[in-house]
Amino acid sequence: MTINLNPRTPGGPLAQKWDKHRFEMKLVNPANKRKYTVIVVGSGLAGGAAAATMSELGYNVKCFCFQDSPRRAHSIAAQGGINAAKNYQNDGDSIYRLFYDTLKGGDFRSREANVYRLAEVSVNIIDQCVAQGVPFAREYGGLLANRSFGGAQVSRTFYARGQTGQQLLLGAYQALERQIARGGVKMYPRTEMLDLVVIDGKARGIVVRDLVTGAIESHVADAVVLATGGYGNVFYLSTNAQGSNATAIWRAYKRGAAFANPCFTQIHPTCIPVSGEHQSKLTLMSESLRNDGRVWVPKQKGDRRTPRDIPENERDYFLERKYPSFGNLAPRDIASRAAKEVCDEWRGVGETGLGVYLDFAGAIERLGKDVIRERYGNLFEMYERITDENPYEVPMRIYPAVHYTMGGLWVDYNLMSTIDGLHVAGEANFSDHGANRLGASALMQGLADGYFLLPNTIGDYLATVKPEKVDASHPAFKAAERQVAEMTKKLLSINGKRTVASFHRELGKILWDYCGMSRNEAGLETAIEKISELRTEFWRDVNVPGSDVELNQALEKAGRVADFFELGELMCIDALHRRESCGGHFREESQTPDGEALRDDENFAYVAAWEYAGERQSPILNKEPLVFENVKLSQRSYK
Amino acid sequence: MDLTLHVWRQAAPDTPGRFVVYEATNISPDMSFLEMLDVVNERLTQRGEVPIAFDHDCREGICGMCSLMINGVAHGPMKGTATCQVHMRSFKDGGKIYIEPWRAKAFPVIKDLTVDRSALDRVIQAGGFITAPTGGAQDANTVLVPKDNVEAAMDAAACIGCGACVAACPNASASLFTAAKITHLGLLPQGQPERYRRALAMVEQMDLESFGNCTLHGECQEACPKEISIDTITRMNRDFIRAELVGTRR
Repeated sequence: MTINLNPRTPGGPLAQKWDKHRFEMKLVNPANKRKYTVIVVGSGLAGGAAAATMSELGYNVKCFCFQDSPRRAHSIAAQGGINAAKNYQNDGDSIYRLFYDTLKGGDFRSREANVYRLAEVSVNIIDQCVAQGVPFAREYGGLLANRSFGGAQVSRTFYARGQTGQQLLLGAYQALERQIARGGVKMYPRTEMLDLVVIDGKARGIVVRDLVTGAIESHVADAVVLATGGYGNVFYLSTNAQGSNATAIWRAYKRGAAFANPCFTQIHPTCIPVSGEHQSKLTLMSESLRNDGRVWVPKQKGDRRTPRDIPENERDYFLERKYPSFGNLAPRDIASRAAKEVCDEWRGVGETGLGVYLDFAGAIERLGKDVIRERYGNLFEMYERITDENPYEVPMRIYPAVHYTMGGLWVDYNLMSTIDGLHVAGEANFSDHGANRLGASALMQGLADGYFLLPNTIGDYLATVKPEKVDASHPAFKAAERQVAEMTKKLLSINGKRTVASFHRELGKILWDYCGMSRNEAGLETAIEKISELRTEFWRDVNVPGSDVELNQALEKAGRVADFFELGELMCIDALHRRESCGGHFREESQTPDGEALRDDENFAYVAAWEYAGERQSPILNKEPLVFENVKLSQRSYK
Repeated sequence: MDLTLHVWRQAAPDTPGRFVVYEATNISPDMSFLEMLDVVNERLTQRGEVPIAFDHDCREGICGMCSLMINGVAHGPMKGTATCQVHMRSFKDGGKIYIEPWRAKAFPVIKDLTVDRSALDRVIQAGGFITAPTGGAQDANTVLVPKDNVEAAMDAAACIGCGACVAACPNASASLFTAAKITHLGLLPQGQPERYRRALAMVEQMDLESFGNCTLHGECQEACPKEISIDTITRMNRDFIRAELVGTRR
């Protein structure tokens, strides 16, 4: 099979592409919309917004989520805010500036036209959310408040305390529930997608497992949307929710959807360090803490003194030392790597030695405890709840953790994958963040895709293609159901000695060590070998208790981890082939003389879209060249 | 730490359940409550037993999926804290811990500690929204909203929909959950057109789902991991009564 990587970017000037494209797209007659069924998998910002909006337009929508309610999707955990080019602060922001910041922040590994459109619709998102009753922070005069975020030089971030993701998701969830009550959306909670069904080259439905009864069922549609989030949980320890998984996108990949830039993962510098083997997840501490906290480690190796006993001249404020102009506010990828470096030199702190101090003593002395409490009170409380240490008295300990995945299924300008009729939205696609995502941009992208892009482009697809009728008795559905049932049976029958979690933890460790913050050729080759061995052992020795006709959480996990093995391998293959450093992908072989990431635009200014070639076969690399007509590529520097 | 757990085990909705005793030995005080259960489940799996089913997802206190009655208290001993954020250092070494699912007629048990909370979604469906189809909104700064109103709306909007208020209430009432949404939307100018219709519809749905009535015990606000105030219930009652008095159409 050859795949078509035509990005379908419309012609014309950058600022007019989306407008022009919307005019050129075909429309579905209002009376005909209800004749079309659209499946949406995932109910977060992208999925929830898409399902609600398409139902409002008149389509027949089926929406699926593995949680007990669509309101639980992991978008809910986003803290900081959402960017929009409103320029309410009159500080020089514009659509073009948001576009440029996002493209540059992504280290020039995303598509100009997509990113521009994202910046363009960002303003509509804020209007839409306010109309729904999202309680964004406001000034005393009643206007919306903004804050700056993630190193941007303008204040363009809208926020609802530290719960912006929650409030935006509840807005989408409430719109979705309204459509469910109206009958436009049929909701399937506690239901997991286990396969995609492709007939005559078009996505025509999915096979799911009812997580309560274990029943395997088929659902037919005229178009399918995957909005199932990122794959950070492949690392076992991440800031993702426990259930976040890659199964939907991975099984779509195995049915022919290309997977783009899988090695682009974001490692966030300010998370609470791992405390022991038992740890199940890592907790993010908002990046805003670096506005007032100073990051340091002892100068001496293995210095076990308590932080207050280490005198000023024996401390290394390494971010301030290495990046005097940005200091503690260096971007995420840079700050994470610097922390790893000092820990690799055995200068890390805490019991495990994998941590650095984030110290507020100076800020408290300068501003007073009350000001610090006002700014960060809830974060300090959360920190204390988890670590039992009081950050007003002792410095916080932080360490980088996996947070977001920029890679995902390849999509064109219409958010359609390499399979006709299969659309991918939110973190599940690769489209807008290049090799590094800026803070407060994930919420923006999820809602842009869900509210404003898909409802337009899916209409165009349906009006153009006019899918023929099929039903669930089609052999392709039956075959997929059989395959899913066989895999379930296999997992339950191995009856080995090791638990699913123990395999997952080991896989995560391999990826973290060799395909984490810093990567090199030998390490990646080792990782590929180790993952392959571990995967073989998994299929020989895993122990999945219980049966397939009940709620069986071990079985759910086993299926997800089985996919993580294969995805983890692809991530390493992708990281190995990309012999340049860019954004979150740091190849040790490609650095400047002073140890910074060195991009290679001549050889790697493309999207790597991997094509599935069969069980245990090397995947096929396809390239979509990135063409920059409006911006000049530059090296990022934060010295 | 060594603990004795009394855990509610129930194979299916219509089979009888019972407490089963498990010894949880060698538990680190730094574990979260759910990580402690993970460890117990790992050991059960290795012994060839079926692990304990419980709901959880984000493990940072925001998704509202976790739902345990710990020693008779919804979400356990720490005030303003969801189960996933409770750590083992809050318990005594050598102590007993009773772990049960949410208990309410409207929340049938699915298995062990997991319950079906879809009734809460249906309460939202009845009117817990502002009708604002995508695309029709005016500029976000056109309507001014006093800061105090937004702050009070946000206090109520912080609800994570976990159902602890129902589990804690002697009447299994969902009043705090419902009132939080009515308060959030009713305090904003955008929520005014549907304000009274919303109150009527949501309260009626709450009754239809067999939640009990509110007798202002106040257990709900004690159990709420987001510390939502019972004042919201007063507001709900006021909106409901006014809607009845002026004959608001459903």
